[in-house]
Amino acid sequence: MANVILTINGKEIVVKAGTTVLDAAQEAGFFIPTFCHDPLNPGFGACRICVVEIKGARTLVASCCTEVAHGMVVETESPAVVEARKTIIELLLANHPADCLTCDKNGDCRLQDYAYRYDIRGSSFRGEKHNYPIDDSNPYIIRDMNKCILCGRCVRTCEQVQDRQVINFAFRGFNTKVAPAMDTELAESDCVSCARCLVVCPVGALSYKNLAGKARAYEIRKEPVTCPFCDAGCRFDLNYKGEKVIGVTAKESGEGRPLCLKGRLGLELLYVDKPLTPMLKKDDRFVEVSWAEVLGMDNVLKKLIELKSN
Amino acid sequence: MVANVTLTIDGIRITVPKGSTVLEAAEKAGIFIPTFCHDPELSKPGACRICVVEIPGMRNLPASCVTEAMEGMVVYSASPAVIEARKTNLELLLANHPEDCLTCNKNGDCRLQEYAYYYGVKYGAFKGEKHRYPLEDDNPFIVRDMNKCILCGKCVRMCEEVQGNNVLNFAFRGFNALVTPAMNSKYSDTEISNCVFCGNCISVCPVGALSEKDMLGKARRWEVKKVTTTCPYCGVGCQFDLNVKDNKVLGVTSTDGDVNGRALCVKGRFGYGFIHHPDRLTTPLIKKDGKFVEATWTEAIKLVAEKLGDIKAKDGPDAIGILSSARVTNEENYLMNKLARAVIGTNNIDHCARL
Amino acid sequence: MTNSIQEIADADFILATGTNTFDAHPVIGIQVKKAVAKGAVLAVVDPRLTDSAKLAEYHLQIKPGTDIALLNGFANVIIEEGLYNKTFVEERTEDFDAFKETVAKYTPDYVSEVTGVSADLIREAARGYAKAKNSTILYTMGITQHVCGTHNVFSTTNLALLTGHIGKESSGVNPLRGQNNVQGACDMGALPVVFPGYQPVAVEANRQKFAVAWGVEKMPDKPGLTVGELIESAGNSIKALYIMGENPVMSDPDADQVLHELESLDFLVVQDIFLTETAQFADVVLPAASFAEKDGTFSNTERRVQLVRKAIEPIGDSKPDWEIICLISDAMGYPMNYASPEEIMSEISSVTPSYGGINYERLEQGSLQWPCPNADHPGTKFLHKDKFVRGLGKFQAVEHIPPNEIPDEEYQLVLSTGRRRYHYHTGTMTQRTGALEVFYPEEYLEISSADAEKFGICDGDKVKVTSRRGQVEVAAQVSERVTPGLVFTSFQYPDVPINRVTNPARDPIAKIPEYKVCAVKVEKVS
Repeated sequence: MANVILTINGKEIVVKAGTTVLDAAQEAGFFIPTFCHDPLNPGFGACRICVVEIKGARTLVASCCTEVAHGMVVETESPAVVEARKTIIELLLANHPADCLTCDKNGDCRLQDYAYRYDIRGSSFRGEKHNYPIDDSNPYIIRDMNKCILCGRCVRTCEQVQDRQVINFAFRGFNTKVAPAMDTELAESDCVSCARCLVVCPVGALSYKNLAGKARAYEIRKEPVTCPFCDAGCRFDLNYKGEKVIGVTAKESGEGRPLCLKGRLGLELLYVDKPLTPMLKKDDRFVEVSWAEVLGMDNVLKKLIELKSN
Repeated sequence: MVANVTLTIDGIRITVPKGSTVLEAAEKAGIFIPTFCHDPELSKPGACRICVVEIPGMRNLPASCVTEAMEGMVVYSASPAVIEARKTNLELLLANHPEDCLTCNKNGDCRLQEYAYYYGVKYGAFKGEKHRYPLEDDNPFIVRDMNKCILCGKCVRMCEEVQGNNVLNFAFRGFNALVTPAMNSKYSDTEISNCVFCGNCISVCPVGALSEKDMLGKARRWEVKKVTTTCPYCGVGCQFDLNVKDNKVLGVTSTDGDVNGRALCVKGRFGYGFIHHPDRLTTPLIKKDGKFVEATWTEAIKLVAEKLGDIKAKDGPDAIGILSSARVTNEENYLMNKLARAVIGTNNIDHCARL
Repeated sequence: MTNSIQEIADADFILATGTNTFDAHPVIGIQVKKAVAKGAVLAVVDPRLTDSAKLAEYHLQIKPGTDIALLNGFANVIIEEGLYNKTFVEERTEDFDAFKETVAKYTPDYVSEVTGVSADLIREAARGYAKAKNSTILYTMGITQHVCGTHNVFSTTNLALLTGHIGKESSGVNPLRGQNNVQGACDMGALPVVFPGYQPVAVEANRQKFAVAWGVEKMPDKPGLTVGELIESAGNSIKALYIMGENPVMSDPDADQVLHELESLDFLVVQDIFLTETAQFADVVLPAASFAEKDGTFSNTERRVQLVRKAIEPIGDSKPDWEIICLISDAMGYPMNYASPEEIMSEISSVTPSYGGINYERLEQGSLQWPCPNADHPGTKFLHKDKFVRGLGKFQAVEHIPPNEIPDEEYQLVLSTGRRRYHYHTGTMTQRTGALEVFYPEEYLEISSADAEKFGICDGDKVKVTSRRGQVEVAAQVSERVTPGLVFTSFQYPDVPINRVTNPARDPIAKIPEYKVCAVKVEKVS
């Protein structure tokens, strides 16, 4: 493929044609913030935080959706760009709970990172704030839609799981929210608690129920582990606080049917001292079940016990 | 010999020297009790009440930091009554605290935040007036944000009992109570405040009320690597932590030094800016026709070795003099002394001990 | 220091002489304040009304350069009133009689005349020092930077010997060293007459020991030259200078002469982190790494060896000084192969008895105070317990010696130089911090209101300070910190190179210049 020469922040850069400005800049070591961009699922261009200034362009353009071109001159932190980003952050904060105090994403939150970087201490916009009830109907996932910034990464990652497509945008304007079909609670949906959506959420809208209140993000040390349950080889993180594993979180999916709940729970059984009792959905309700059942081992066990008693 | 007392905290029997506080006994037993105003190095006002515990037989929940451990005492460090008291305490503090963790530089290293998270306490339980003090940032060293102050008084006691400058104290009453220099002046009014900008007050502040000015906005606490080292200024040998992010020294914070404890002076705490100053020499220079020209290490070293070698051969080793340095390490001084005596062959080595 | 810093807090009487502790050693100042808060009596000997003098119970505001007279006066009172420690004098000292004879004439009245301090104040302070359970002497360059610097030091020691206030906790003679590793530089043999650990080069056995250790045929036996002598001989017997981390153009007396001498060298190498005033004159400048960019150890004023840890990579193409020295040595045909400063330390401990038990593994656990002769030794908190190094403590009978240059008709004032709290040495570092120099941007000359009036100077006026050697311009600050007849400033501002004015007259023994006294005239610049 042909190469393209462009200039970013005064530095001449050679990249392959078809590369986005975002990738080119990041490759060259320049920082560009992103909310909605997912490297595995690029080209959404919704959040506009990644805007850059390109000489001759009519407006600031989203770098994640703009292909490089010969002779392009890009500025990633020009005054106009910084002002635009600041306004975006202020708009997001205008309808975001000031909850870093106890938010479980404190220390691992892009909205917070960028607010700090661009020194946005609060919003100069005053207006209505959402007051959604927190959806903790699912035994593994807490959804706090008050914290959602509508980047849509959860929607897009869920879409990729065949037969699922549990969540999508619902309603319009200020009322837009990410919801399961018919705006039900997660527990009533087809969600199988795989936690793919948690992996990509840049803020505190989606979090692990079993980790809530257990440790701040910066107290946690993560060690990757590969799931041994099937041949997909999904990757999970063991979450250490001190010397103890306090939970297992999803990292990246392997080939096939990725990041299943069974894999994550199985790893918690293996690594966490006192894992919570797992739950399975039966007749549209979550009920506590044995570890053997949630791991699909109950028949095997039953057989073994039968054999032994015979 | 000091007598011991044995008490029971949360069912754990623990023996401590007579005169120990319940808090000290709990710490020894590995039991967590939160504290704001308590500091082992300072006097104990028992003011903040976050460390309360339940001791059956006592009239109310006593502050464990000022309650002496007694023989046979039974203590509950986290009973429902204790938890409720602590939660209310936190709710009251948060009622008059800015909701600013988003960009607060203490985020990640703040006791108020830590305990609010631990006890699941959020903003908004009590509604009322909030302070709106102006930020005091008119000096180049320390920023004071009295809106974030929880009046624990550790800065007051640090300045009085350790630093000995008595800059700070409580002024006014009730909701208006404020930690301030004399006459409600600023640190920068040094004639009135008596402040010497040692920043030792910062080292004990449990919240975001006192910060190092130059570190604001540079890094979140969890991004910073701390490297304990020895101060490069006077001969006292204070130790401190260099705060590093992305190969850059962002600031200095107190550690527990053998000589100085947490105390530092204005030079040690705020005099690190020279490390990344643009004037730093970054390449060898060789003077050609009266002007410095950038050179490679190979060129420069070769030239130095040749010149020194020539002069040694021509005029003898004693025609060469070496000024070693009171600024560099022992190891470097040792090598310089070896270079002078073993390599060049002269005792002409000295440094500025006399200046 | 014979004692440790933290012992100061437990002293009952502190005699701080020639030390502006709160400005120059603020963290030691903390210990002094702690002692005072606990009830200790603080006596400050200083011509200036410093912050520590303000806290003191006794401020002995002597005329500059009269320290020996004052301290002899103390001894006179202590002996006359029978307050000296007879057992200690008998068992652990020698030459007491000669000393007694010498100080006999230093009666409080006579001393009062010489020093300008009232006889009663001298008596009271002397009694306080002698009678206290633990008395400690703190001094810095107000004692040493005189033509009689060594004798000044002797007179502090005499007092300690006389009263037995030495060789025990919180009692001793404690010079507070001004630079982070001036102790270590001395310990490591960066001195013209000793190898590391103060092993004299004059002793044949020492020379042999180091010749073997360093694998060379023989060691030079001729004593080397001191800083001042090296610079004075520049261009004559000294053809080349290799200066590492020093700035003599700013720090040495009679700066104009220093410049001239450096210029007459055949070859000057300067190794530093900045292009200092001295480096400007170099033929080759080698960029060094700062303390944040290397591993190593510093030895503090109380002989405590502490780790310096690398926090960041060297800036630009700079290198740690130890690596640069190794490169030069290699190029001169003597390979120095050290993988790390830790390796150098193990060599140091093998040839330096007082550092014998010091290694990085132990230092990681905590600092160590030398003497620490072996791996099991816990280090030494205070010196001279039970026995002095030389055996008995020797009284050195010394007489008052007036300063080399005293005011006259033309040069009516005494200039004394020193340090400011917000700056450090020649200011190379503290003028570039983005904070200290912002808060304290300009140097000034402290002058008493009487002299200001006499010379028609107002606060803030630009004045010219002139001595027989040179002149500088500086803003005047009319201040009660100095007495009439005295003016004071620091040597820490490149804009006020006060060492063009100072007197290069040196103490004949320690070769230290007399920065604390020189005669100047001060005129308003129109």
